[in-house]
Amino acid sequence: MANVADKPVVHEEDLLIEEYGYDDHFHDHHHGDKFQSNFITTYIFSQDHKMIAKQFLITGMFWAIVGGLMSLVFRLQLGFPEENMAWLKPVLGKWITVNDAGIGSLAPEFYYALVTMHGTILVFFVLTAGLSGTFSNLLIPLQIGARDMASPFMNMLSYWFFFLAGVVMFFSLFLNTGPFAGGWTAYPPLSALPQASSGSGAGMTLWIVSLVFFVVSVLLGGINYITTVLNMRTKGMSMWRMPLTIWAFFITAVIGLLSFPVLVSAFLLVTFDRSLGTSFFLSEIFIGGQALDHVGGSPILYQHLFWFLGHPEVYIIILPAMGIVSEVLSVHSRKPIFGYKAMVYSILAIAFLSFIVWAHHMFMSGVNPFISNFFVIFTLIIAVPSAVKVFNWIATLYGGNIRFNSASLFGIGFVSMFISGGLTGIFLGNSAIDIQLHDTYFVVAHFHIVMGVAAFFGMYAGIYNWFPKMYGRFMNETLGKLHFWGTIVGAYAVFWPMHYLGMAGVPRRYYRFDSFAAFGSFDLMNQFITIAAIITFGFQLLFVVNFFYSIWKGKKMTDRNPWKASTLEWTTPIEGIHGNWPGKIPTVQRWAYDYGKDGKDFIPQIEPVGADESKGDH
Amino acid sequence: MTALFVLLCVILIGIVVVQIGKVTELAGKIRGEEEAQERSNRTQAGYSLLFMAAFLIACTVSAVYYKDSMLWYGPNESASAHGGSIDYIFNITLFFTGIVFFITQILLFYFAYKYRARRGTKAEYISHNNRLEVIWTAIPAVVMTFLVVGGLDAWNDVMADVGEDEDYIEIEATGYQFAWHLRYPGPDGKLGTRDYKMISATNPLGQVWSDEKNMDDFHPSEIVLPVNKKVRVRITSRDVLHNFYLPHFRVKMDAVPGMPTYFVFTPTTTTEEYRTKLSVLNDEGQPKYPEWYEPIDPEDPEGPTKFEDFNYELACAELCGKGHYAMRRTVRIVSEAEYKNWLSEQQSYYESTIKGTEDDPFATEAAEEEPALTDASSLEGEEAAESEGSAE
Repeated sequence: MANVADKPVVHEEDLLIEEYGYDDHFHDHHHGDKFQSNFITTYIFSQDHKMIAKQFLITGMFWAIVGGLMSLVFRLQLGFPEENMAWLKPVLGKWITVNDAGIGSLAPEFYYALVTMHGTILVFFVLTAGLSGTFSNLLIPLQIGARDMASPFMNMLSYWFFFLAGVVMFFSLFLNTGPFAGGWTAYPPLSALPQASSGSGAGMTLWIVSLVFFVVSVLLGGINYITTVLNMRTKGMSMWRMPLTIWAFFITAVIGLLSFPVLVSAFLLVTFDRSLGTSFFLSEIFIGGQALDHVGGSPILYQHLFWFLGHPEVYIIILPAMGIVSEVLSVHSRKPIFGYKAMVYSILAIAFLSFIVWAHHMFMSGVNPFISNFFVIFTLIIAVPSAVKVFNWIATLYGGNIRFNSASLFGIGFVSMFISGGLTGIFLGNSAIDIQLHDTYFVVAHFHIVMGVAAFFGMYAGIYNWFPKMYGRFMNETLGKLHFWGTIVGAYAVFWPMHYLGMAGVPRRYYRFDSFAAFGSFDLMNQFITIAAIITFGFQLLFVVNFFYSIWKGKKMTDRNPWKASTLEWTTPIEGIHGNWPGKIPTVQRWAYDYGKDGKDFIPQIEPVGADESKGDH
Repeated sequence: MTALFVLLCVILIGIVVVQIGKVTELAGKIRGEEEAQERSNRTQAGYSLLFMAAFLIACTVSAVYYKDSMLWYGPNESASAHGGSIDYIFNITLFFTGIVFFITQILLFYFAYKYRARRGTKAEYISHNNRLEVIWTAIPAVVMTFLVVGGLDAWNDVMADVGEDEDYIEIEATGYQFAWHLRYPGPDGKLGTRDYKMISATNPLGQVWSDEKNMDDFHPSEIVLPVNKKVRVRITSRDVLHNFYLPHFRVKMDAVPGMPTYFVFTPTTTTEEYRTKLSVLNDEGQPKYPEWYEPIDPEDPEGPTKFEDFNYELACAELCGKGHYAMRRTVRIVSEAEYKNWLSEQQSYYESTIKGTEDDPFATEAAEEEPALTDASSLEGEEAAESEGSAE
């Protein structure tokens, strides 16, 4: 308790916390120490939310590199199908087939395995665990004024189940029959029948096992996030005073909790079909020279179950990014986020709507066309809250005093990506247009920009912004800006041309395009995309170098609150300690966005409302 | 060796970049942090504006450059009756989203540039503006309503099944790993019953030979259809999911094992007419679409050109395994007379492949007992009833 006074520098925020804060006697019991007493409990089986956040982040980065490299290999195949790929043989072994002329090319089965693994890894391991897992863990306790998560032990389990999921998925890459190759959506019968695809044997089994572990991880984490946000907010932190990051993480966890179990049920039924001879998704199939016994099942039922998770999943990915960007743009333009309440209601509206639009992935899958009417209407309604969010971000910049750094640049880049990718959703959500565009490169362009690249931009904005909070040092700004410009130019160069491919009708998931005259006339464009992808990936390596270099050698943080932000996480000591605050827990006196009020640059949330202060009008 | 060289180069570039990063950081320290931040605001804000201009120009120029190979422009118009309505909705959507795209991107980067922090500037305290928020909630809502109504109107028209008294041709496409098997109903105009348990090497679709409707069904290797005549394609699959995709006709529908789906469309342009359209000359007597005048085989410049060889194509658009990318069949749209002529040349699958062979159910039954049709179907028992139930 007394260590505040021992320090040579007296921090204003410490005095405020000491005066107005709430004493929960946390440090009286000294139970803080048992959590971080040795190497293993500090770095491996840690129960400290800040360490678990770092574990999620670095594991996510590992998977992002693996998934990214996979995309480069299959992009090489698409861009340069005639080139010799025998040099990859030492790594890929028998998946590179060398013909008589000595020209090696990627085996089609493995091409599809790479596409499948790229999707699964990026969607689940990187953009769900790496994004929501990292920032929910780091920011929820810090920004609501809690010592840690509601259940630190469950939080630890959440990471280790994710780790286990990763181990199982990684093993599946080395199977003799190859990893699962039926697309990340794993539609049966292709995924259910080993006769249909070599990856649908052991590869599919491990894929399911891995993702079931992953769902356990998401649920353990999600229950924790929800409980923590609802029950452990500090005194004065009403729901309407929470930063938008916390709103986003909270709603994300709720969506995950409601939708991921449905995915498990779909997996369970597929497993029954695969192993026990049931016919949930199989009917009247003749394959491998024999007619199977399964009758009466419907592959479309699986699609309903899958997309009941699958659609909310894209919001599980993008909402945390939206929350992070709202916070980053507000802090760095020194202005309150524009329309705070509208932002919260938009998140709630998007979350609600995300549960009643799933069949827009299935317009052309043989469902009754009449039913599609409802899904079109609900889908296009989502455009309204999404548009409101975009306008609010732009209005946040208006009249600001914008500080340009890597974090704010990625925030601005996120909005640009979200606009570009969101607008193409209006085409695809309209079932009539979807007749032509469904399963073409237009879809690939749409979802990569709106939830792939945009979510990555949100994640980068968050990492650059909160890196000092995580490691007490800054990332190198010059490299960060180089990373930003390389990535935004590169990402548009990769995905923008795909719109044209899609409009020309080129289907996705094609190993080669030259079998068809209608799809085969875009060689130059495909080469361009591949080269752009390789360069863009190179810029991501720059980020990785910057990240690890800065952990040990980055510029040291001397000021607790380098961005002059009003939220609680910047009132904690530079060296993160267990329990977050050395003394009392801060008490919150105002909302999170008092920037530029009454001519003051910012007013921290812990500062009481002054007698002569103008009325807050949010 | 080259790989090693490339690797070395990449590492070297990495080191150089990291050093540049360190140097600029040091320079910032010398100059003072505030000064460095201000400098950075100025340059980065400038880059933002530059990026915006380059990006929007690149979008526009690339769209113009690729317009001929894109749908709805150049020669690539829809060749079916319903395709026009899809193209129209697409264009309307492109128009509205295009406006929003340009306005929002420009405002985003322009505001970022204009409100960059400078010495002595301060942010305004604007937390919300109810009137503005109502306006920009209402505008997208109105535009969306407009697009939804237009879209659904077209959708329900396109997806409607044929009416009972309508005149149409019914054909069938069955996807399997990895090709399409086509079936025409023959002179009776009706497709015969199928039972997947009867599928064999000689009976690829599992046609039930006790059903008389099957006797005249034939299996062509390409789709041939008369122009301006309504077609109902019965789409099904033998193994995994496939998707019956005719890009030129704006037709797409999943093939689902155990549950036949359908798509109804009317071709409006014959293959010959489409070729003529591709070969059209502009005012100066030059090919309007020179890419279609290129020879198919670059090695043989005198050979047939691309437009001469143009054919409508049938593709698969649902991942179905390792051969997904090559499930091609051609589609030929011909005049009514040519179609009649083609029909008359076709021989039924039973006549050409089954009759008289050991797979002929009537031949073997004749050898055993009574060759009665009704007996055969009752022997089939459950299975026949099942397949009839699931066939429609």
